Amino acid sequence: MHPVLKLVAQRIALGLLLLLAVSAVIFLGVEALPGDTAQAILGQSATPQALANLREKMGLDQPAMVRYFHWLGGILTGDLGKALTNGQDIAQAIGQRLGNTLFLAACAGAISVPLAILLGLVAARYNGRWPDKLISGITLSTISLPEFVAAYFVIYLLTQLIPIFNPVAMVFPGMGFWEKLHAVALPVIVLVLVVLAHMMRMTRAAILNVMQSAYIETAELKGLSPMQVIWRHAFPNAIAPIVSVVVLNLAYLVVGVVVVEVVFGYNALGQFLVDHVAKRDLPVVQAVGVIFAGVYISLNILADVIAIVANPRLRHPR
Amino acid sequence: MPEPLLDIRNLRIEATSYPPGEPPRHVVLVDDVSVSVEKGKVLGLIGESGAGKSTIGLSAMAYGRGGVRLTGGQILLNGRDIREAPVGALRNLRGKEVTYVAQSAAAAFNPARKLMEQVIETSLAHGVMPKAEAEARARSLFAQLGLPNPDTFGDRYPHQVSGGQLQRAMTAMALCPKPDLVIFDEPTTALDVTTQIDVLAAIKRAIHETGVAALYITHDLAVVAQVADDILVLRHGKKVEYGSTDHIINRPEQTYTQALVSVRSIDHVEKTAAKPVLTVSNVTARYRGTHFDVLKNVSVDVAPGQTLAIVGESGSGKSTLARAITGLLPPTSGRITFAGRDLSRDLAGRTKDDLRELQMIYQMADVAMNPRQTVGTIIGRPLEFYFGLKGEEKRKRIQELLDQIEMGKGYENRYPAELSGGQKQRVCIARALAAKPKLIICDEVTSALDPLVADGILKLLLELQAQQQVAYLFITHDLATVKAIADKIAVMYKGEVRRYGSKTDVLTPPFDDYTDLLLSSVPEMRLGWLEEVLAHRKMESAGN
Amino acid sequence: MKMPLSALIGLVLTGLFLFVAIFAQFLAPYPIDSAVGGVWESPSSTYLLGTDTIGRDILSRLIYGAQVTIFVAAASSILAFSLGAILGFVAATKGGWVDQVLSRLVDLVMAIPSLIIALVVLSVLPLNLTVLILVMGVLDATRVFRLSRAVAVDITVMDYVEAARLRGEGGGWIIFREILPNALSPLVAEFGLRFIFAVLFISTLSFLGLGIQPPLTDWGGMVKENKDALVYGKSAALMPAMAIAALAISVNLVADWILSRTTSLKGGRGA
Repeated sequence: MHPVLKLVAQRIALGLLLLLAVSAVIFLGVEALPGDTAQAILGQSATPQALANLREKMGLDQPAMVRYFHWLGGILTGDLGKALTNGQDIAQAIGQRLGNTLFLAACAGAISVPLAILLGLVAARYNGRWPDKLISGITLSTISLPEFVAAYFVIYLLTQLIPIFNPVAMVFPGMGFWEKLHAVALPVIVLVLVVLAHMMRMTRAAILNVMQSAYIETAELKGLSPMQVIWRHAFPNAIAPIVSVVVLNLAYLVVGVVVVEVVFGYNALGQFLVDHVAKRDLPVVQAVGVIFAGVYISLNILADVIAIVANPRLRHPR
Repeated sequence: MPEPLLDIRNLRIEATSYPPGEPPRHVVLVDDVSVSVEKGKVLGLIGESGAGKSTIGLSAMAYGRGGVRLTGGQILLNGRDIREAPVGALRNLRGKEVTYVAQSAAAAFNPARKLMEQVIETSLAHGVMPKAEAEARARSLFAQLGLPNPDTFGDRYPHQVSGGQLQRAMTAMALCPKPDLVIFDEPTTALDVTTQIDVLAAIKRAIHETGVAALYITHDLAVVAQVADDILVLRHGKKVEYGSTDHIINRPEQTYTQALVSVRSIDHVEKTAAKPVLTVSNVTARYRGTHFDVLKNVSVDVAPGQTLAIVGESGSGKSTLARAITGLLPPTSGRITFAGRDLSRDLAGRTKDDLRELQMIYQMADVAMNPRQTVGTIIGRPLEFYFGLKGEEKRKRIQELLDQIEMGKGYENRYPAELSGGQKQRVCIARALAAKPKLIICDEVTSALDPLVADGILKLLLELQAQQQVAYLFITHDLATVKAIADKIAVMYKGEVRRYGSKTDVLTPPFDDYTDLLLSSVPEMRLGWLEEVLAHRKMESAGN
Repeated sequence: MKMPLSALIGLVLTGLFLFVAIFAQFLAPYPIDSAVGGVWESPSSTYLLGTDTIGRDILSRLIYGAQVTIFVAAASSILAFSLGAILGFVAATKGGWVDQVLSRLVDLVMAIPSLIIALVVLSVLPLNLTVLILVMGVLDATRVFRLSRAVAVDITVMDYVEAARLRGEGGGWIIFREILPNALSPLVAEFGLRFIFAVLFISTLSFLGLGIQPPLTDWGGMVKENKDALVYGKSAALMPAMAIAALAISVNLVADWILSRTTSLKGGRGA
């Protein structure tokens, strides 16, 4: 087998193993913590008999390992169990919300990725001069803001000072694409702000790192123009680090959406998760937690795979 | 007299460095240097690191690394002053009139592109010749430089060929656009000595056959003596001496040049064997998790007051042998006896006396001392640790040791960063001596130092040996050093001892094949040495 | 040694925040939890920053909030540091299975976004200060572990550490006398960054309603309480938001400066 394929296969296998371990942490780790689901449902005043009945009904009297494999099997077949609070089927409740979350994240990604690469290139090109200092200064401040603070600054700016948007973002099934897009404009702006800063700073660092290589000096000493140097020598080597920077930062979106959805009352997975943490509805929290962790880990695997494939040393072995 | 191709007059180069957390520092790198190169001639620039030789070399392309600025004088290339030429004009001459061969070809080639694309890139970018012609020229240069399969060599990526081959490919890249001048910046320094001679010969032949002029930059006078017509000796950015190669090598006028030429002023008489203090018998070792022996059945010994030199190229296992003796790499088989007792294989199993009596001095004194400890702490710690010395007693002993390494008073409270390279290595010697050792392992202790400083360190080591009867295990790749201090020599190759005995025996023919190759590859400080060796080797291979 | 203006501003502001946090009880003009004015009053000479959703003085709550926010963030980053740095150094110097077990465990925790793991854990545990500090501290310790292990691994391959080993020095000397002094400046800068992260983290949790619980308050919680004010054009929610931003930026400026001063391992004694 080609060594690249082998490495990629290894990396994916390792990722799947990690995913399995993470599911175990989310299920068994939480089980090990002090706290009792049955007690949580029935409250402090419940009689021991009622508690025992509920535990039996929910299968809580079985050993943790047995319940874990049962739960894991359920996840793999699309059965996420029932919510404690209202007995609703979790998979069904998640379906539509997951779509909304992905729509929000995709919009934010589609804007921030090209913008971050562009700004990163500009900052690297004018390294140490005013465009770099300006971009770096602004991004340093946005990095220092938690998502919800950035969100309220944006809301204040765009609904009060310059009232062009509605502070609540609602999407309904049946809305048209453009309608939806207008509805999510504010949360998308906030997410872009948050992700852009990290992504741009890391892109800049990746390009500067490549520009410091000895082969860039060689290219300059060949009398090539700056554009030729960047295009022929820096670019092919910067692709891998930039792509992995971009993918890694998309992982920030995973956390960002949770908070931003709450701020804007956007009916999607993040808000669903926070709601059910407050209600102490463990099965829902575990299911949503595994989905978020799964997306996050998959993005990380993707970043590694791209880095492997883009490495000329691995593509063309000795 | 014909007009020179390159004429540098009263060149002054300055730089501003920005050390982190400190105010910017202004330094003069090159001061009032004048030198010229005629068409088809080779000028050698020689000096220690920091002498400004690379900076002068790059100034021939009006290029300054980092914050380097060419602030004064003239750089006349083909009669035009290029020092303050506009960027566009410079771009036109870089790669077309002047090309550059870097020290580390491995880093200077773009890892993402095939060799051929990179070799012909300059010719195409400057429109020197069409693609087909450039490729044909590249292939013939590959052949000329002795590269394997010259027709397909260019289809490979940089990481797919060896270091010596890359260095030759870089030379081909520099010669391909038919420049007037090539700058060779330490092109063989990163190579092993047996590879160096081949690359050196290839470069020399290529210079001759293409008739190009060259600036050859190196720290090794013996190397430059083989290729240069003229030599400029530099120190601290200033000219020391400038003349024909014959003049510099055979009739140097300045003390500094004389010291460079004589290399080692030490005349060491070999001592006769005595009862050994360290005996290594049949030691075999491998790194954990590998299936390859890095030491194979090694047996050597050394007596009190004597020096055993371990000679070899990188990868020969000479430093691994030191790790096995110190217990950092436990041998898989074999025995090590020291001062009459069996040494535990593992560091953890050794007694405090085992550790105390076996000390080590490293190549890079810089990283061998904790930058956050004062000289007093560095030398005082073994006194405290092994002998329990404290207070006034310890302070007195530290001063005694400082006197022994000829550093005198006032150093106790200094930090390593405030010392010169030679002083740092002396402090490391004092730290080893503080333990009152029976054996000191010296791992390339002089190879990072300037020749004059290295000489001083070697003399100090020999004096201390005469006084204290300490034995040295001296690891080095430098045969001149070996000749200067060794009583016994072991030549190592691929983890094995190839030749072992007293200095006279080892250095007297008949040699085995490898020792012959190694000894004959070490550049000698005389004109015509390279040709002699090549002719000799040709004869031998014809004889076989 | 000259200090850049940005670092000076950062240092002064950070000091000011600390001062306010420590002496909150003496500085706050009104009690933390009593309605002293009308709902969402605008800033006036009586209520310098106005009043909140049920008429409490915002400045006073901001000052008390500073105490809680900074205390929780500082406590969790100190915990993260002690735990992460010590384990990181041990992993780097011991190597072998100790290193393997610790490193894989950290990989596992870091494979899940901290907020997600915190939410999952907090859905089971009681919400009080101790639990919050422990959860945040342990999660953050994984990042400190990575950094200190990496820094220590770089230092342990230095010849001076090998020289100490060959001398027969024990683990204590090697960690505290050889490694720590050389690892200090990157770690101090990292402490600043971890502290900011902890401020942002606790604020976010409180904003989501899963952090500090009444009657205590912190800045994130204050934003949550007053978020509706924004719709009516009142700035009440922006005050705590700005406080968070100001604290984070000033600590960031100081950390940046320390990081830029960090000398290489080989040269100089710098800081």
